[in-house]
Amino acid sequence: MKYDYTEPTLSTKGAKLRDLLVKYLDIFSHRLPDDVSKKLVEFSKIEVDPLQKLVYDTMMENQRLAAEADVPSCQDTGTLQFFVKIGTNFPLIDELNEILVDATYRATQIAPLRTNAVQTFDEYNTNINIGDGIPGIFTQLMPHSSDIEIYPYMAGGGCTLPGVAKVLMPGEGYEGVTRFVMDRMTTYGVNACPPLLVGVGIATSVETAAMNSKLALLRRVDSYNSNKRAAKMEHLLEDGINAIGLGPQGFGGKKSVMGVNIINTARHPSVIGVGVSTGCWSHRRGLIKLDQDLNYELPMNKGVEL
Amino acid sequence: MKTYHLTTPISADDIKDIRIGDIVYLTGTMVTARDDAHRRVVKEGLKLPVDIKDKAILHAGPIIKYLPDNKYKMVAVGPTTSMRMEMFEEEFVHKTGVRLIIGKGSMGPGTARACKNDKALQLVYPAGNAVYAAKHVEKIVDAQWTDLGMPETLWVCKVKDFGPLVVTIDTNGDNFFDAKKAEFNKRKEEQIKKISEQVQFIQ
Repeated sequence: MKYDYTEPTLSTKGAKLRDLLVKYLDIFSHRLPDDVSKKLVEFSKIEVDPLQKLVYDTMMENQRLAAEADVPSCQDTGTLQFFVKIGTNFPLIDELNEILVDATYRATQIAPLRTNAVQTFDEYNTNINIGDGIPGIFTQLMPHSSDIEIYPYMAGGGCTLPGVAKVLMPGEGYEGVTRFVMDRMTTYGVNACPPLLVGVGIATSVETAAMNSKLALLRRVDSYNSNKRAAKMEHLLEDGINAIGLGPQGFGGKKSVMGVNIINTARHPSVIGVGVSTGCWSHRRGLIKLDQDLNYELPMNKGVEL
Repeated sequence: MKTYHLTTPISADDIKDIRIGDIVYLTGTMVTARDDAHRRVVKEGLKLPVDIKDKAILHAGPIIKYLPDNKYKMVAVGPTTSMRMEMFEEEFVHKTGVRLIIGKGSMGPGTARACKNDKALQLVYPAGNAVYAAKHVEKIVDAQWTDLGMPETLWVCKVKDFGPLVVTIDTNGDNFFDAKKAEFNKRKEEQIKKISEQVQFIQ
């Protein structure tokens, strides 16, 4: 079977945004965000046992080779997901969906990205890395703004896509949340390419908790929640998971996680929803902020120009 | 942690002294085979169109550049989660005679039985290092079951010093991750107890 896709005719400005995104996707398929790179370098100096050192040396050399060759650093370039905060006055709001899909289509050929879109039930790979609902596009509105913030994420099949969410009873409390997160680390996390960035969502249902856990992965690895109790729990979980000792690739070691980020929203009194998403060490998420004239900033990739 | 250099074809004798935690570098033939290839061989009873006896498979879906005249270039290749193949691996090894099963993360008792009974090794390549791995693929000599799409195709690779590969199941059937997981779970329970005492926010 064949998946029909015709490239859209975009406005001049729309085409400009698409082309900027294509360049950005190409670059961040091999250049990890600054916060992640920094953390990995830090860990490489801590994990000095022979096996762990061998893994970190391989990682450092891999990133160097990928940058040199301008090719994706990991073969699983994921399904593209775009988390977008869009100003209601951003001039390309009508074209945004087409721009994001077409940027994915073009970046797939240029980077090149692996073609990871399989149509469900008909069960064939579209071979162009786009399909129904892929790339994933998730939007939040910014009222009275003409800017846009786009967080692209190459969400891999062996790390973040198999997330989990569950709605607990309030009686289980944050103790239940703790167990849910910690159990996930020893069952799934060990195979999800540690050191991980763990995103935890606390909310009122499976989909809100799951979405919060995903949004948590967009935050920097060294950031903390503004709520004091949530930040305390981030520290406790980070120390706790490190103490489990997963190490790089689950081979054992001192550092299991680059960070634990919690995003929380309110809950119904009868429930406490928890979601867990695990970002791998090769955490390819970015951020491009643009104004209405498409002047851009790349706050997670210092020195990169498109 | 001893280091071994293996070249295909690999005999049972070549690997009999290799133990979990050792490091292997592979030269010779390595074929990518993941979910669909395993399903076809085990569930659908199809014969693998590539001879992998005494050779290696890699649980991986690479990024390939398609060149003219049905030629291919390896851009990036690294292992996918091997546990997904656990349900098929024992029978797959027995049917194909493959000697090295390379992937990512732990596998289970079925693969351990296969490694013991059919004299094979399960090994882990540090995942995410796909360009480093591709650098050690000299060329792609064949592609089969291309109808499955890029990730699932059987890419027949000629590799040189492909590694580091950490031995995670050896021919005794010992599993590197079993001991690790027992440790991880023990420490986890201690940590859950410790954290739970400090997060009683619902009063």
